Amino acid sequence: MLRLRAWHEVLDTIMATTLTPSSRPVQETSLQDTNEQSPAAGQATGPRISITVDDTRKVKPPHVKAAVENLNFYYGEHRALKNLTIPIADKQVTALIGPSGCGKSTFLRCFNRMHDLQPNTRYEGSITLYPDKLNLVGPGVDPIEVRMRIGMVFQKPNPFPKSIFENVAYGLRLRGVRSRATLAEEVEKALRGAALWDEVKDRLDDSALALSGGQMQRLCIARALATTPEILLFDEPTSALDPIATAKIEELISTLRDRVTVLIVTHNMQQAARVSDYTAFMYLGEIIEFDEAAKIFTNPSKKATEDYITGRYG
Amino acid sequence: MISRSALRYRKLRDRVVESFLLLAGLVAVFTTIAIVAILLIESSAFFEHVSLVEFFTDTMWTPLFADAHYGILPLVAGTLTTTLVALAVAVPLGTTIAIYLSEFAPTQVRETVKPILELLGAVPTVVYGYFALTMVTPVLQKLIPELPGFNMLSAGLVIGLMIVPYVSSLSEDAMRAVPRYMREGSYAMGATRLQTALRVVVPGAFSGLAAAFILGISRAVGETMVVAIAAGMQPNFTFDPREPAATITAYIVQVSLGDLPHGSIGYQSIFAAGLVLMAITLVFNVIGFSLTRRFREAY
Repeated sequence: MLRLRAWHEVLDTIMATTLTPSSRPVQETSLQDTNEQSPAAGQATGPRISITVDDTRKVKPPHVKAAVENLNFYYGEHRALKNLTIPIADKQVTALIGPSGCGKSTFLRCFNRMHDLQPNTRYEGSITLYPDKLNLVGPGVDPIEVRMRIGMVFQKPNPFPKSIFENVAYGLRLRGVRSRATLAEEVEKALRGAALWDEVKDRLDDSALALSGGQMQRLCIARALATTPEILLFDEPTSALDPIATAKIEELISTLRDRVTVLIVTHNMQQAARVSDYTAFMYLGEIIEFDEAAKIFTNPSKKATEDYITGRYG
Repeated sequence: MISRSALRYRKLRDRVVESFLLLAGLVAVFTTIAIVAILLIESSAFFEHVSLVEFFTDTMWTPLFADAHYGILPLVAGTLTTTLVALAVAVPLGTTIAIYLSEFAPTQVRETVKPILELLGAVPTVVYGYFALTMVTPVLQKLIPELPGFNMLSAGLVIGLMIVPYVSSLSEDAMRAVPRYMREGSYAMGATRLQTALRVVVPGAFSGLAAAFILGISRAVGETMVVAIAAGMQPNFTFDPREPAATITAYIVQVSLGDLPHGSIGYQSIFAAGLVLMAITLVFNVIGFSLTRRFREAY
């Protein structure tokens, strides 16, 4: 009985926040081979996401922004990620859930090559970034170039010991932007995008370290947004925040959906259900199940997923 | 049950130990107070003969000559000049070494280089003094032919080298204390190692760096042997490092070595000079302390 009620609560939340109402039988998880042209943008994009076979919806499924295929990751001899294969939907929120130590943060950090900062790490397989099909973990690919295109927001808010303005301008300055006017314009745009502008517009020159935890985290989001990343990675962005700050960040992530592809790691199942369009459940370095969030949280096809979602996981 | 006598014994023992600890702590306090008191008492005798106006405005310091002048300015100028030369060496070099060790060097290199660097601090200062006089000065004279054998430039450069280990070691500690997640934030924005080091780590470690520099200044101001040996001992009111000059410490050591009668004005002048030296060091420490507090970041 208890389990049923929990499901209903989750279901209600999903209905309220996601636009894709569906609950279809799952047959396979794969990428479609056809590389369609997006009529709106008129530029090369990835194939469309294809999870469900019975696709009778009016709305076409989104394109693939990044395709993870047979990704393995090694810390020295230890194989931390095992043959991961999932598509990351363009301009959608994809959540990675799973118990501690399942490799979800490790997986996330492959996208911007953070592992390259440690010695004795190795990637195998590919993460193909569309539209130019750059393999993010390819051996000849410069991690700096990857990080220029993929933004990240960390678990603990980590603003730099600089002013609010300089924090947001940091990435632009790294990219050689000098013009004061351009910087001011882009900083305002990024702060507005992170729903922080109104709170800080009168004190842009104050130290960023004087902000509250929630404000700091939104500043970090603004900092990442300022350089218009193609994918924005969130590594448990609310685990150090109080419930009100958490709600603001979640709301923000929902609005970011229109602008940027979001990949978020979270410990919080309700959060994954609220913010994500697609969800991957990981366990012991493998992806156990990947599907639309609505499907994962209402009718998972694997027993392990169901156990974890309902809190029965050991 | 513990017997009452045992309990009383325990209480007594605690009290004895406690007073012993307090006594140990008071030794340091009393020493400081005693030093300040002696400086004040002896120099007050000095200032009965010499007015404060003369002391701070006269540009000659010749207490041992027949025509005695008691202007501290030449000694202060000598002290500040050698200190500035030393800082011009120690701050850039020490900071660069610290950035390399903290941000670039592989662990093995760091673990090897740091102790060697700290060993430099164990070399007696007399050795540095003769290093300045017999090695650095001749080299400098090749570059600047008219340079005299005793000069502040050579002494300042060597003091700078001498305090590099202090500055670099403390700076490195400060930089390594900048949390990893802050570096990661910078790398995630697409920054290189150098950009991360200069734009995030150095500002983040600012309070520690300030403390390192101030400690370096204090060392340079108080340095005695190198200037006594390599800078000449003639008080000379100039800020030109190519000139020979005496610093406050060099004057004190010079006079202390002589056979001045106790209570003579020359003898008392040591204490007046010492008081000024202490005041200078105190000012730098206060500046350093306030800088450290102002820029301390709460991580």
